[in-house]
Amino acid sequence: MSINWFKYSSPASFYPLAGSMIPWFTAAAVLFGLVGLYVSFFVAPLADWQQGQSYKIMFIHVPAAWMSMFIYVVMAFWAIVGMIFKTRLSFMMGSALAPTGAIFAFLGLWTGALWGKPTWGTYWVWDARLTSQLILFFLYIGYIALASAIEDPRRADRATGLLAIVGVVNVPIIYFSVKWWSTLHQGSSINFNPAGADQRALSMTDSMFVAMLLMTFCFWCYTIAVALYRVRCEMVEREKNNDWVQDLVKSGDA
Amino acid sequence: MKPRQKRLVFVAAGVVGIGIAATLVLFAFQQNMMFFFSPSQVAAKEAPVAKAFRLGGMVKEGSMQRVADGLTVAFTVTDNAEEVTVMYTGILPDLFKEGQGVVAQGKLDGAGVFIADEVLAKHDETYMPPEVAKALEQGKAAAAMQNVNQTTVIP
Repeated sequence: MSINWFKYSSPASFYPLAGSMIPWFTAAAVLFGLVGLYVSFFVAPLADWQQGQSYKIMFIHVPAAWMSMFIYVVMAFWAIVGMIFKTRLSFMMGSALAPTGAIFAFLGLWTGALWGKPTWGTYWVWDARLTSQLILFFLYIGYIALASAIEDPRRADRATGLLAIVGVVNVPIIYFSVKWWSTLHQGSSINFNPAGADQRALSMTDSMFVAMLLMTFCFWCYTIAVALYRVRCEMVEREKNNDWVQDLVKSGDA
Repeated sequence: MKPRQKRLVFVAAGVVGIGIAATLVLFAFQQNMMFFFSPSQVAAKEAPVAKAFRLGGMVKEGSMQRVADGLTVAFTVTDNAEEVTVMYTGILPDLFKEGQGVVAQGKLDGAGVFIADEVLAKHDETYMPPEVAKALEQGKAAAAMQNVNQTTVIP
């Protein structure tokens, strides 16, 4: 069975598909969130050997930070697809993702500050990890500002697409910052290719890792649901003079 | 080439170009990206003299002392190669412990003692419940004992 992907690059045929996917992803986000929070609070150890109970903020902090990086990569991907194939829906996907990315970037910084005070003894330091994550947050804000500053949607798409592609170099910098430079932020607890005998693939208890994964899936599904919701609004708004939107309004489904 | 392929090449070239530019910039700023200097760098005179900088490393086991005024602490920061003595007056973070990571901000005085005005704790990326940490510690101690026994058995 082959799917004609180009069919869904047309807003007219993607609009109903997006609409039918939203409830499923919302339900999955709620489910993962409930199970994830239960495991975080009641199954994962009450305290960490060094940090005591304050380590529990990890279950929000790490998934939020991951999502903020991942969403930017997805935005850059859509920008590249949009520039090569000239599909207007791709750029709409990018701008639908940006606010959620900004929220997660902020959440990562904020929970990090609240976690830093009881453990490191400070809310904020200018080390490579924290600074590059702050830059990511500013990139999101810049993206949103740029999109709303340019009146003509096609010019706005080109400008924001360029920002997404240029800004994506920051994502590997954030991820590897704790490896490349000396930072106050600790290294990654999950090593994809552990080097040496003293480095394990996973340096946390399994139940902690499970809780973190469940929360990540929750954020993931939430992101997809709100991005689809937002892209539907964007489609209707941008294409309000097209036949398919006019038909939609007449049929009362919008 | 079709226009679509042309655009593909154009975008790919752009991404590669940005990547190279970013790499060069990061290499140029290598020193500035470091959050702290290690005791070895201090010993090699790479750290600034008569200027504030951050010193990072492990607090040496058994090195922490309280000075008579009750507020000032002295401890040794080590990277297992070189050592620097640090003096600090103020409240230490909760995670500050001997054998744990630390980052101190301050200046070197004439005698080579680091006078800190801020001390932050740096913890590692290992998370486990306290019972497991204790068990690991005991396991390590037992293994060490065994080693000692073995060496004593062999004549």
